[in-house]
Amino acid sequence: MSIFIDKDTRLLIQGITGRDGSFHGKQMIEYGTQVVGGITPGKGGQKFEDKVYVPPPFAADAMMEAADAGIPFIVCITEGVPVLDMTRVYLFVKERGSKLLGPNCPGLISPGASKVGIIPGRICTPGPVGLVSRSGTLTYEVVYQMTRAKIGQTTCVGIGGDPINGTNFIDCLDAFEKDPVTKAVVMIGEIGGTDEQEAARFVKQKMKKPVVGFIAGQTAPPGRRMGHAGAIISGSAGTAAEKMQAFEDNGVGVAKRPIDVVDLLKRVLR
Amino acid sequence: MNIHEYQAKEIFRKYGIPIPPGEVARTPEEAEAIARRFATTVVVKAQVHAGGRGKAGGVKLAKTPEEARSVAAQILKLSIKGLPVQKVLVTPAADIASEAYVGIIVDRASKRAVFMASAAGGIDIEEVAAKTPEKILRHPIDPRYGLQAYEAMQLAFFLYSDIKQVRAAAKILQQLYKAFSENGGSLAEINPLVTTPSGDVVALDAKMVIDDNELDRRPDIAALRDESAEAPSEVEARKANLTFIKLDGNVGCVVNGAGLAMATMDLVKYYGGEPANFLDIGGSSNPEKVVAALRIITSDPNVKTILFNIFGGITRTDDVANGIVTAIRQNPLKVPLVIRLTGTNEEIAVKILKENGMSAMTDMDEAVKKAVALATGGKAA
Repeated sequence: MSIFIDKDTRLLIQGITGRDGSFHGKQMIEYGTQVVGGITPGKGGQKFEDKVYVPPPFAADAMMEAADAGIPFIVCITEGVPVLDMTRVYLFVKERGSKLLGPNCPGLISPGASKVGIIPGRICTPGPVGLVSRSGTLTYEVVYQMTRAKIGQTTCVGIGGDPINGTNFIDCLDAFEKDPVTKAVVMIGEIGGTDEQEAARFVKQKMKKPVVGFIAGQTAPPGRRMGHAGAIISGSAGTAAEKMQAFEDNGVGVAKRPIDVVDLLKRVLR
Repeated sequence: MNIHEYQAKEIFRKYGIPIPPGEVARTPEEAEAIARRFATTVVVKAQVHAGGRGKAGGVKLAKTPEEARSVAAQILKLSIKGLPVQKVLVTPAADIASEAYVGIIVDRASKRAVFMASAAGGIDIEEVAAKTPEKILRHPIDPRYGLQAYEAMQLAFFLYSDIKQVRAAAKILQQLYKAFSENGGSLAEINPLVTTPSGDVVALDAKMVIDDNELDRRPDIAALRDESAEAPSEVEARKANLTFIKLDGNVGCVVNGAGLAMATMDLVKYYGGEPANFLDIGGSSNPEKVVAALRIITSDPNVKTILFNIFGGITRTDDVANGIVTAIRQNPLKVPLVIRLTGTNEEIAVKILKENGMSAMTDMDEAVKKAVALATGGKAA
C-alpha cells in the first residue's frame, strides 16, 4: 500500500515535449508508471492523474486547466511560479475538488509501484516508512541513507518549498496515518514559516504512528529581512531551533543529522 | 528583488498615494543643492538594501543646506550590514502627529496576501507585534476580488477615529494593494504612515520587495535592480544562476539544492567546522555553473577547503565533474578540495575525476568530516 499513487495510477503529462518532460516521462514509464498520454498546454487529451512540466509563466494556467478538466490529483514540478499566481491557483484547484502537489516539488514515488515526478527510482526500496519533505535533493539524501540501511518506504512525497503549495505536511501525515502499511513517518523540514510546528502539533493530537523529523538550516544566518512584515505575520522567526523544539515538545523524534533519521527509525520500528 | 525606498515611492506615487517630494543624491554637493531647492529642514536617508537604517546612523535631519551636505557626507561613507551606502534620498522633514504601520505580505498560512495595520507604527513595530499582538490587525485578501472598499474602511478605522483620516487612509490602503498586486510584489510596506498636525495622512517611508519569479514578465520592474547596491559576489552568482550567500567560516560549500545545501552547512558545523557560504547550483547544472561557483568561492580569502556535495537527480554528476576539471584547469586551486557525489551518471563522473588526478567520496558524513579536518588542520572532527 501507499498514499496518493499506486500501481493503478494513470498519468497524463502536461509539457511532455520539452527536454525535462520527455526525459522524465521516459524514466517514469521505465519505472512502471502507467503514462497514458502527454500534451502541450492548450491541447486536449484523455486525462487522469496529471503532472505539470510546463515553464513558470504558463504553469498556473496548466494547473487550472487540469483542475477544470476534472483531474483528481495534479503534481506540478515547475520551479519559479510567481506566488501571486499561486494565491489564485490554490483557490481555483480547491474549489474544483482537485488535489495539488507542488509547485516546485520533486513529485512522489511509491517504490516498486509508481512514480510521478523526478525522484530517482533506484535510491528507493519498498518498505514500511512514509516520508514527506519540503526539499528535493535532501529528500534523496535521506531516502538513500534509509535504503542503504535496508529501511524501505511506502511513499516518498516532496511537497515543495514554495510559500504557497497545494499539499502540506499535515495532508501527508494524515494520509500516512490512515495507510495500513505505513508503520512510521519521516518529516523533513526547513527553516522559515510555521508549517513544521503545526505538523508537530498534528502528530501529537491525531497520530498514533511514530514520526521522526529533521530540519535543515540549523546554521543558517538570520535571513534577509523582508521588512517587518515577515516576523509580524507569523509571530515567529521560523528558525530551526524553534522547529526542533516543537518536534521535541510534541513527541516527534529529532534527528540532528540526516543519518540520525536512520537510527531513530530503527528504534521505532523495532 | 529588493528595490530602494525612492523607487518604491515612485511606484506608490503613480498609484496616487500621498508622499512628500524627494530627490536622490550621490554626492554631498548634490544633497546640498537639493536641500537648497526645498528651502526647509530636510531628512537625508541612506538608500541601501538593509533594515535598521535609522539605528545604524543612516537617517539624519538637516536644518540648513550646509548641514545637509555634511550629514550626506557622513552617510555616504557608511556601510550598513556590509553594504556601502551610495545614494541618499533628500526629502523635506514632516511634522508628525501620529505614526501608523501598514503592510501587505504573502502569507504561507492563509495562502493569501494579508494586510496588516497598526496604529503603533514606527521603528519598534516588531516589538509591538511580539509583545502586544492585539495592536495589529491582520486581514487576508481574496485574490479574486482584491481589497474591497469596505475592507479598506475596516482597516482604516483600526488606525484612526477621525472620519476624514479614515477615508484618506482607506484610499491609501486600496491603492497600496493595487501597487502590490500589479507590480508582482511579495511585500509592500509603509512605515510610518503619519498624520500631520493639519490632519493629512502621508506615507513617509516606502518599502517594496518584488517576487523574483515575476521579473521575467515585468521588464520595467526588473530594470529597477541596482546592482551597485548588492554584494559583488551575489551579483556574479545571480548572473550564473546560482544562489549564494556569503558567511564567515572557512569551509566553502558547493551543493545542489537548497535543503541539501543547508543540511551540508549544518553538518560542517556539527563536525566542528564553520561554513564559508551557502551556495546552491540548482537543478540542471551545466559545467559553466560549476566554474562560476568555484570562482566565487575561491575569491573569499577565508576559505581553507572546498567541499562539493552533489546528489544527482536532475543534476548530472558528470556535468559537475567536468565543471570542476575545467575550473581547475583555468585557475589551479590553492586550497584542498573534497568531492562527494552520488546519483545520476556517477560512474562517468568518477572516471572523469580519476583521469584528472582527483577522487570522489560517496558518503556525505565522511566527506564533511574530511573537509572540516582539512580546514582546521585536524583540530576538529
